[in-house]
Amino acid sequence: MLSYVVRRLATAALILLGASFLVYLLTASSGDPLADLRASNAPNRQQLMDARSQLLDLDTPAPLRYFKWLGGAAQCLVPFAGNCDLGKSVTGQPITEALGIALIQTLTLVTGATVLAILIGITLGIVTALRQYSALDYGVTFMAFLFFSLPIFWVAVLLKEFGAIGFNNFLRNPVIPLPVSLGTGIVLGVVVAVAVGGEIKRRLISGGVVFALVTAVMVYLSATLWFKTPGLGPVVIGIAGVGMAFAVTTLVSGLKNRKALQSSLIMAGLGVISWFVIQPLLAQATGLMIFLLAIGTVLVGVGVGYLMGGYDRGQSMRAAGITAFLVGGLVVMDRFMQAWPTYFNNSRVRGRPIATIGAGTPNLQGDYWILTIDTFTHLILPTVALILVSLASYTRFTRSSMLEIMNMDYIRTARAKGLSERAVIMGHAFRNALIPLATIVAFDIGALIGGAVITESVFSVHGMGFLFLDGITHIDPNPVMGVFLCVAITAMVFNLVADLAYSALDPRVRIKA
Amino acid sequence: MSQPTQEEVILAQQAQHEAAPGPGAENQGLSQGQIVRKRFFGHSGALVGLAVFALIFIMAFTSVGFAGIPGWWKYNHVDVSPLINDGVPSASLWPLAWGEHPFGQDRIGRDLFAMTMRGAQQSIIIMVIIGGIAGLIGAVVGGLAGYFRGWTEAILMRLTDVIIIVPVLLLAAVVAQMANRRDADSWFAGFAASNGVVVLGIFLGLVSWVGLARLVRGEFLTLREREFVDAARISGASNARIIFKHILPNAVGVLIVNVTLTMSAAILLETALSYLGVGVKSPDTSLGLLISQNQEAFATRPWLFWYPGLFIVAICLSINFIGDGLRDAFDPRQKKFRAKKAVETVRHSSETAPAVPAASGPAPAGDTTPNSDPGEG
Repeated sequence: MLSYVVRRLATAALILLGASFLVYLLTASSGDPLADLRASNAPNRQQLMDARSQLLDLDTPAPLRYFKWLGGAAQCLVPFAGNCDLGKSVTGQPITEALGIALIQTLTLVTGATVLAILIGITLGIVTALRQYSALDYGVTFMAFLFFSLPIFWVAVLLKEFGAIGFNNFLRNPVIPLPVSLGTGIVLGVVVAVAVGGEIKRRLISGGVVFALVTAVMVYLSATLWFKTPGLGPVVIGIAGVGMAFAVTTLVSGLKNRKALQSSLIMAGLGVISWFVIQPLLAQATGLMIFLLAIGTVLVGVGVGYLMGGYDRGQSMRAAGITAFLVGGLVVMDRFMQAWPTYFNNSRVRGRPIATIGAGTPNLQGDYWILTIDTFTHLILPTVALILVSLASYTRFTRSSMLEIMNMDYIRTARAKGLSERAVIMGHAFRNALIPLATIVAFDIGALIGGAVITESVFSVHGMGFLFLDGITHIDPNPVMGVFLCVAITAMVFNLVADLAYSALDPRVRIKA
Repeated sequence: MSQPTQEEVILAQQAQHEAAPGPGAENQGLSQGQIVRKRFFGHSGALVGLAVFALIFIMAFTSVGFAGIPGWWKYNHVDVSPLINDGVPSASLWPLAWGEHPFGQDRIGRDLFAMTMRGAQQSIIIMVIIGGIAGLIGAVVGGLAGYFRGWTEAILMRLTDVIIIVPVLLLAAVVAQMANRRDADSWFAGFAASNGVVVLGIFLGLVSWVGLARLVRGEFLTLREREFVDAARISGASNARIIFKHILPNAVGVLIVNVTLTMSAAILLETALSYLGVGVKSPDTSLGLLISQNQEAFATRPWLFWYPGLFIVAICLSINFIGDGLRDAFDPRQKKFRAKKAVETVRHSSETAPAVPAASGPAPAGDTTPNSDPGEG
């Protein structure tokens, strides 16, 4: 095992050396770094050219320059020495510093999108696998292929036009026309009717209920101008909390486990009470506090589940913990909505909240809520675009993995010994279907650091992809090398992690040491 | 150097499944090619994809002409003609009309239909070149590594690892720079100046074979351990004969399917590179370049943005569907006809045993049936 890891790491280091040499030479030979100065008419042209030659050490031939660079980069391997030197960019900024800034930008952009895409993709994949060859399956398959075929820059421009400009115009006078309400209701009703499965009558009833509910809610939102002053309030939180308690219990333990259901319902009730109690505390919120509160909430849920017990204490704890987290999320969301009018009328935002470019409104002043909303409104379009294009592979992969598992003998055994369909799917099929996904997710996390070059350039986010592209256009090897190193190292490490995780999760796969 | 990567494990499992005899309908003495063809033409999505792609292909190559042969459309992608009706598209579905400029005109009066067709041509050319080169190199490298193992495999696979982590964007930028150098002192600059698209396609093909090579290697690794290969070797067949007569025909399914998928990814890659300014350059045009040039004009001339984008999506989508159909056709585990069988079996079993618990939700059709396939289970 250990010798396997060591051997893999040694190979990776050799590959990295070869590839980095190649990348350095390619970047250096891709053009003339002084081209813009040669074309300029500035009187001190020669001095500028000399200064840049000096800064980038252009008098040394590129292969030798690589080894100089390698000498600096090798110092990064010494821990805590602090003399890590990856060179400087054309503007004279140290690469280590630029990388730090870009990494934060990229991670805020890509992390949320990746997590959401994985969650939605797995859910869709499982649902379509369970409803194989149904209208829903065909619909989702077609959508997956469609999204898979979309160029992201095209999606981005469409999103900017309809998601940002259109929605901002709508927010000026948030009245939803009746046909739109009816249309949305019909579409969602049909989707639910198709997704539910079973007899026609059951489908029609579910679809009809959803249609009526959605249309009524939209008419209500329009009539009260809800989008001007959004909010949930304790009543909505209470109703939604009870609904979540039932849904979570159904998935985690089945409604037959009364103790689990009761602990979840207790958490929904506690959530409503906490809404009243916690408001003054939330007024002075910070990111750390919200994080601690989230952990505390889950712990309270797990504690309640433990105290309630039941024939399977673990199930109660899990159900209550998840419900607590979701209801807590609703309370926080309500607080964000309370801050919305202030943000909306801010002089910097001027009533057009959904931003099309950048990572934040410049010079925006405000408390935690205002600033976080600002980040969200800037992130929403790139996130949606990234989710759309990366959703397809997760959906297809989960679906095929789940289908394969559902045809296994042990699933038949589980059914034969009389387990409920829920227990078969959640307990036996779902967990095993996730094993091959673990490797895909590990690969994607490895690729995450590289950022999304095109998304970043369309939405003007100055992350890793932007740094890389900028380095290429200015024929500046140092930023390119910096980004390349980060990406390649994470990719290789996560490749190794993926292989190790696979053999840990699936005992049939053995690593030959 | 025998590291069981995940691909190999999956392929090994696949091989186990493949070893099982197929369902009854396919045991009627059909050859492998006939079975595959029959399955492919039974896949409606793939057929629609094929039809759409053929339509776009014919339209793109006949309308504005290709390689000096004139087409039937009256404009080409560089002609400037006076603006008619401010360049609004004249094509309409109702009443069905084609008109002077069906997709409209851009700001200076170039015909968008001609530009889109030219762009589609370029994208298809690049796609085919990438698919061909990547398929060839991938098959050779993967096949050699998988068959001979040992040092050949170690060297070839480390080479693959190096190329797989070099960013494609960088290579494209280098190619773009070299093609742009108009000093014409080398044959390369001259060739690149006249055939920019071909050069771009060749270079992208030279870097996109790596995924294919890994898959083909995995396939060869499992196939070379099979009994029929042992039998061939014992009866004195040469390496070349074993590879070409015994292993390659069995690995060709994986190769074809993944070349198709590489091609659909290649279309998006080309458009993305052109969008970033390192792919196809003006005055020539491509679908990605058209979108990049016109995205600012979305508010005033949205058609400049819609038509090239729709063509990218249509080409890519049809290729993806063809690839999906091929995968179903080549993969014996994906049984297209199981759905009907499953429904019938459900019906049958619910007649004999009506007390299906309704409370836990009706079981999905494909899952509850005992596997009707004699080979599995």
